[in-house]
Amino acid sequence: MRDPQRLPKEEIQATAKSLREDILRMIHKAGSGHPGGSLSAIDMILTLHSGEMRYDPKDPRWDLRDRFVLSKGHGVPALYAVLAEKGFFPKEQLMTLRELGSPIQGHPANALLDCIEASTGSLGQGLSVAQGIALAGKVRGQQDGKDEAAWHVYALLGDGELQEGQIWEAAMSAPHLGITNLTAFVDWNKAQIDGTVEEVMSLNPLSQKWESFGWHVQEIDGHDIDAIRRACDRARSNTSAPSVILAHTTKGKGVAYMEKDIVGWHGKAPSDGEFKQAMNELKGGAA
Amino acid sequence: MSQDPRAMRPKDVKPMATRKAFGLALKDLGDKDDKVLVFDADLSKSTQSGIFAEAHPERFYEMGIAEANMIGTAAGAALSGYKPFVCSFAAFIAGRFDQIKMSVAYSQAGVRIVGTHAGVGIGPDGYSQQGLEDLACMRSLPTMLVLQPADDLETSQMIHALAQTDQPAYIRLTRQNLPRVHSDEYRFEVGRFPTLVDGKDVTIIGTGGTVGNAVEAALLLHREGISARVLNASSIKPVDEDAIIKAAKETRGLVTVEDHNILAGLGGAVAEVLTNRAPARLLRLGVNDVFGESGEPDALYAYHGLNADGIAGSVREFLANL
Repeated sequence: MRDPQRLPKEEIQATAKSLREDILRMIHKAGSGHPGGSLSAIDMILTLHSGEMRYDPKDPRWDLRDRFVLSKGHGVPALYAVLAEKGFFPKEQLMTLRELGSPIQGHPANALLDCIEASTGSLGQGLSVAQGIALAGKVRGQQDGKDEAAWHVYALLGDGELQEGQIWEAAMSAPHLGITNLTAFVDWNKAQIDGTVEEVMSLNPLSQKWESFGWHVQEIDGHDIDAIRRACDRARSNTSAPSVILAHTTKGKGVAYMEKDIVGWHGKAPSDGEFKQAMNELKGGAA
Repeated sequence: MSQDPRAMRPKDVKPMATRKAFGLALKDLGDKDDKVLVFDADLSKSTQSGIFAEAHPERFYEMGIAEANMIGTAAGAALSGYKPFVCSFAAFIAGRFDQIKMSVAYSQAGVRIVGTHAGVGIGPDGYSQQGLEDLACMRSLPTMLVLQPADDLETSQMIHALAQTDQPAYIRLTRQNLPRVHSDEYRFEVGRFPTLVDGKDVTIIGTGGTVGNAVEAALLLHREGISARVLNASSIKPVDEDAIIKAAKETRGLVTVEDHNILAGLGGAVAEVLTNRAPARLLRLGVNDVFGESGEPDALYAYHGLNADGIAGSVREFLANL
């Protein structure tokens, strides 16, 4: 995967379905966690790791890899599921989520798991870190005598997370610093702990906000594999600005009762009955 | 006969602010090492990172008045194989504690965080600009190195030492000029308190801006027949446990002196070692859990009892009441 090849869309969709099951298994076994925002993010994280990013599961800290920073750290079950699927660590380890002594911490911890780029979970910080990695990639490219940055950086931000001031500090600085090897996705699932994002603290007009800060902005369906890929193509081919992809998503995507109560399913584990119902639904049985 | 502290004082060196020595050392380091990147938040003239900026503009990043973003960005650079230094006032660095906790310490990002204008020593700007809680904050983060040099020579050695480690580190520097307290042969080591004056009655442990005054105080006490040992706590985390325990066993008591809140800084660190390993009497001098205020640096040091007279007076009283 040092030389990424795009997998067929149908294969990614099938894998996404099975990773949704992994996410629910992990959170159900742990008895706590954040299913809603993991299920809204999984299609983007999986697609990025299925032909967009250069990486090497055998050498997770390969210095020329593309990087992925999960700024919305609570969505980490989705990232763990993808990393295990791609061979960074055994799938069985997923079931140790949130257990004492496990590297599969409740929020990402890079010192315990070397396929995690940065420790996150206190919101608002990941875009700055991603920007610093992108800046280093630019310097590295120059120092290696290349015309382009040595790596591309992808960050995934929550929508509620955009209420943090530090996000807008980074939004201001990335274009100013001439960073173009950075693509930020916003998992725009419209809900946070205390209510809908619109009720808690409106982000609108979001697209204009990013545009006015000097970003290349796209708005897509964050569950549409082709749309995600097209947006990545455009982001990478735009070499005059950093890119943000505002991805409309559904919190709890794939589990009907979660999709109906997006605020309620931000941060709780399903009961045994709810778990069975969700697994049935994902396996194609009765919802 | 106790040793005359004057014998220990290097001569003919002009006092220099440790921030200035930092700027000079950083430029030297940048000459040799192209992995060094420097970030500042609109204070490069004050922190002296501007000396590096002038020599290496392609590796200097002006981040504007946005310290949180600066710290996170530097963390990303550190995680990508570079050696970033981020510079601001100690007061504003401590104010971005969550970014240091998460993006630096917990991410094991080798960011060298430089907090200048430490303590009341900055003078007239007053409390909002005085870093008086930064040591307490930084000490509470696992794996963080916490360092504070006492003069220009030690600052330079410390900055070069920091290029050799990827451990997250905090370095605390002064706005005001400090006298040279180390001889040319001195070599800084993490975790070691150099002995500046030997003595047997009492041990005074200074750090940063108070070290020169502690040496002066030892001189005043020497004239009265009190033999004071002076240690330089330039490595606040890790502290030099052996030196602290030795002082507890060989002298009648210890006095810590810091331009920082007396809670959880140097005094706290020494108290923790004594309590665990070598119970002894300890007097902590510093800013006594009050807000700082405007004033000239010398007047503020006198007001808080951190000048030579103040330290000597406190030591006298401490010994009299043991």
